[in-house]
Amino acid sequence: MIHLRDVARVYSAGETAVHALAGVSLDIDRGEFVAIMGQSGSGKSTLMNIIGLLDRPTAGEYRLGERDVSRLPEDARARLRGRGFGFVFQSYNLLPRMTALEQVELPLIYQGAPDRRRRAAEALVRVGLADRIRHVPTELSGGEQQRVALARSLVVNPLVLLADEPTGALDTATGEELMRLLTALVDEQGLTVVLVTHEAEVATHARRTVRMRDGRIIEDTGARAGARAGGTAS
Amino acid sequence: MSLADAFRITLRAIFANRLRSALTSLGLVIGVSSVIVLIAVGQGTQQGVTDRIHGLGTDLIFIESSRAATTSQAGGIAGLAETTLFQGDAEAIEAAGIPGVVAVAAQVSVEAHAVAGSENVGVEAVATSSRYADVRDLEVASGTFITPRDDEGRGLVAVIGSRVAETLYPEVEPVGQEVRLSFVGGRLILPFTVIGVLEEQGGANEVNDQVFVSLEGMAQRLRFLFTPTGDVRVTRIDVQTASGIDEDRVKEDISNVLLYRREAIEPDFTIQSQDDLLKAATEVSTTLSILLGSIAGISLLVGGIGVMNIMLVSVTERTREIGIRRAVGATAADIVKQFVMEALTLSLFGGIAGIAIGVGLSVAVDGRELGGQQLTMLIQPWSVVAAFFVAAGVGLASGSYPAYRATTIDPIAALRME
Repeated sequence: MIHLRDVARVYSAGETAVHALAGVSLDIDRGEFVAIMGQSGSGKSTLMNIIGLLDRPTAGEYRLGERDVSRLPEDARARLRGRGFGFVFQSYNLLPRMTALEQVELPLIYQGAPDRRRRAAEALVRVGLADRIRHVPTELSGGEQQRVALARSLVVNPLVLLADEPTGALDTATGEELMRLLTALVDEQGLTVVLVTHEAEVATHARRTVRMRDGRIIEDTGARAGARAGGTAS
Repeated sequence: MSLADAFRITLRAIFANRLRSALTSLGLVIGVSSVIVLIAVGQGTQQGVTDRIHGLGTDLIFIESSRAATTSQAGGIAGLAETTLFQGDAEAIEAAGIPGVVAVAAQVSVEAHAVAGSENVGVEAVATSSRYADVRDLEVASGTFITPRDDEGRGLVAVIGSRVAETLYPEVEPVGQEVRLSFVGGRLILPFTVIGVLEEQGGANEVNDQVFVSLEGMAQRLRFLFTPTGDVRVTRIDVQTASGIDEDRVKEDISNVLLYRREAIEPDFTIQSQDDLLKAATEVSTTLSILLGSIAGISLLVGGIGVMNIMLVSVTERTREIGIRRAVGATAADIVKQFVMEALTLSLFGGIAGIAIGVGLSVAVDGRELGGQQLTMLIQPWSVVAAFFVAAGVGLASGSYPAYRATTIDPIAALRME
């Protein structure tokens, strides 16, 4: 479903150019649970941003399904981002003063989707927060907040769930709980998850691990022939 | 995103920061209300002046000495010695038989205090001839106006305006009573016999507060009013003309009569018709309205800058929120919509509150006295409508740039913010 071919992302910072991604090829299929690992600066977050259409590659090709999305204009990317991807961040990124239900409704508002209340409530039930629907972030624990964020990303029935260090701000037990929830969503509902982390322990939940260093993939436990050729060529 | 959803987001943001929102709107409340109030003051003043000029009568021409002291100035009596206009001028104009001239009356008017028994009232004392009743179309309610015999005689007779009569003689019939007029702060007090009371005049008419006395009688007491040749100095000559005549022509004829009498080329007098006065007054009050409106406009501009300032701060503060909204699918247009609508709503809140306060204030002070002047407020519907649309325009203008700034925020960086 996700096909990246020789994707590069160069940031120009004054005179010097920073090669955050230096030619990455990667294929991810529906229902996969992929962990992208690497140290900070390895390019794993940049890769996630490009997959989630928050960022654009400076070179290379990105196809989502049959569609080339590497050169989409900003508005089309925004719409596709809202419908196709769900994001979970280390710092939850919930809006202050909004109830859990309103947080989860947000993506549906921008889609102009009908039946928002019910769908948002259902998503909260899926993550086990049926009794926290009316709570605002300050009334929720870290784990609960992260599950609200998870519900917000699930409510649009995304093609891919992108999680950037989702357990980074949680204690071990709560983090473990969240990972089990994610695993269950993959196993039982066929969700596709791309998990970015630097913790090996967290990555063990994934079925496939992609290791990155200096903007390149150095190891991919689930790469197929075509992708491997692209990823290891340089 | 639908407009209803955008409006819901707007209301939430505004109510989340109640105090800040209220203070932001306050700038526009003050701006809009001052526009409405100041335009009402300007227009009300114009209306008042116009009414006064109309109240003088119709088809009048006024001749004044270029050097005459005006009635209301302190020491008005002493200033009379300066005047270059005479009773003889009035008689000459009447005798010249200028086509269109109906009646001519000279007058000296000074401020005075009228005293009768224990009552007293400030009045304008007008020393004039019997012709004045024809010029100004005055009718007496009782007694008579100054008669031709009074024009010749030395008697001190007075005809009083209706309001003067009510104040001085609440119980008795004024005709036949004595009224004392006190000039120059009491340094000259003369006793007069009331021979008539004028009918009440409607509108903003000065006649109700005037006391008319015989010019000849006054001159006998104030010898300095006489010139060496026996003429009487006056401050003004009023000419009643037939309606529908060419006023400019009459003015020119009068001017020629006066110049001939003076054997002069340069006039030492001014001749103005009622239309001239109206034009001058309208010019003054239009300038006043524009000036007041501009001052109010500046406060509206300042209010708009306040809105933009707060919106810029708000965008910076909500960088992370913008990032989150972008991540869940908000387009640049959605973000623009959100911030423009927020600025627009704040401005319209301010605009509507400003209209309410401006109209309320105008109604409340209408007719009140301020520094001895009665305030006339004339609320202009167009000023209310204009204020509303200006507020809306201010909202759009001051929301646009911050909204544009909001769209330039990089969602990736915004989401990384701790």
